[in-house]
Amino acid sequence: MKIDSISNGVVIDHIRAGKGMELYHFLNLDNMDCSIALIKNAPSQKMGKKDIIKIDTELDLDLDILGYIDPNVTINVIKNGERVEKFHPQLPQRLTNIIQCKNPRCITSVEQEIPHIFKLTDREKGEYRCIYCESKAKN
Amino acid sequence: MRSLIDIIDLTVEEIDELIATANDIIANPDKYAEKCKRKKLATLFFEPSTRTRLSFEAAMLELGGSVLGFSAANNSSAAKGESVSDTVRTVGCYADIIAMRHPKEGAPMIASMRSPVPIINAGDGGHNHPTQTLADLLTIQREKGRFDHLTVGLCGDLKFGRTVHSLIHALSRYEGVQFVMISPDELKVPEYIIQELEKEGIPYTETRSLEEAMPTLDILYMTRVQRERFFNEADYIRLKDSYILTPDKLETAKKELSILHPLPRVNEISVAVDDDPRACYFKQVMNGKYIRMALILKLLEVA
Repeated sequence: MKIDSISNGVVIDHIRAGKGMELYHFLNLDNMDCSIALIKNAPSQKMGKKDIIKIDTELDLDLDILGYIDPNVTINVIKNGERVEKFHPQLPQRLTNIIQCKNPRCITSVEQEIPHIFKLTDREKGEYRCIYCESKAKN
Repeated sequence: MRSLIDIIDLTVEEIDELIATANDIIANPDKYAEKCKRKKLATLFFEPSTRTRLSFEAAMLELGGSVLGFSAANNSSAAKGESVSDTVRTVGCYADIIAMRHPKEGAPMIASMRSPVPIINAGDGGHNHPTQTLADLLTIQREKGRFDHLTVGLCGDLKFGRTVHSLIHALSRYEGVQFVMISPDELKVPEYIIQELEKEGIPYTETRSLEEAMPTLDILYMTRVQRERFFNEADYIRLKDSYILTPDKLETAKKELSILHPLPRVNEISVAVDDDPRACYFKQVMNGKYIRMALILKLLEVA
C-alpha cells in the first residue's frame, strides 16, 4: 500500500496494532482538516504488526500524553520532508480527565463537575495517583 | 493565601514555628486574647465530629474571634445537592477562614481551589486530618522535647485511621525515627504508605502483638477501630477488641513512654490507664486547641 510521505507534520510510529484508532480519537484528529493517514496492521520487523498515524500539518499538541496511552510509540517530527526530531514520549506529570478515579470514597465520585486529575508518583512503575484522594489509578 | 489540606503542605520549619507559637500561647494566653477580634471562623462539618468542631470553635473564641457554621450535612445546603465549591464560595463571603470536615476524600482540596478564604482540612473521610497531627506533634514535643530518634508504636486500625497516616508522614521527616505498626492483618497500614517508607529508607516493623512491641516504644499511639469505616458489621465486631491497652500490658513498657490517642476512645484504652503518668491523651486534647489557635493565626496572617 502506498501512502504519500508528508512534508510538514508528525508521524506517530510503532503504535501497538489495533491501538491506532484509539489514539486517533484521543488526539481529536477527526476535527482536523489536514491530510491524515491512519495505517492499520502495517508490517513491522520489531513488532510483527503495527499501526501508524501520519498527520500532514504542524501540530500544537501535548504529545507526551501519548506516553500514557502507549509508551512504546515513536514520534517523528517532519519539516520540509525531512525528519528533524524523533523521540519516545515521556509519561506526563499530570493527566486531566484522561482516567477516572475509581475510589468510592473520593469526592470525584459524588461531584460530577470536578476534573479527574492524576499526578505521576512513580515514573519507573508508571504509577499515577488521584490528586484528591491519593488512590492509585487502575487501568 | 494559604490553606492546610495535608500535613506535608507545611515545612518542618513551619511546624516548628506553629509549635513555638502554641507554646507561647500556653505560657501567655492573655497576649493572644484579642488577636482575632472581628474575625470569623466558619466550621463546615458535613460529617459530625463534636470534639474537632468544638476545638476549632474554642480556639477561635480564645483568640477573640467569633464562629458560625453547621455540624451535619443535613443542616446545610449540601442536603439540597449544592457542590462543595459553591458552599465555600458562599461561606467565604461571610467568614475569614473555614474549617471543613467532609466524608469524601479530597473535598477540602477542592474547597481550597475555589475558596476566597483559607481552608483548614478538619478531616476528609479516611484520608487526612492534619490538625490532629499538629496536636499529636505538639504533644510529642512537649512530652519528649524532640521529634528525632524516637521509636513510635502505632496500634489498632492502621488501615482507615487517617490520624495514623498523617502522623507517619509528619514524623518520617525527622532523623532516626522508626515505626512499629501493631495491627491485625485486616487493618494493616495501606501499601502505598509502606512503599513510601521503603523508598525513603525509614525503618519500620509490622507485628500483630502489642505485648511484643511494648518494651521498645518511646511513644504508643493508640487508635480506635472505627465502626463507620467498615462495610461489614461482623468484621467490626470481630476486630474491635483486638488491641486493648491495660495496666498489665504497660508493665514491660519504658518509664518514659508517652501514650497518645486521638480520641474518642471506645474501650481500646482501659480507664485504669488514665491515672498512669504516661497517659497523655487528655493533654493532647488541650494541645489540639492551642495548636489550632496557632494555625488560625498563621493562616490569617495575624502577627
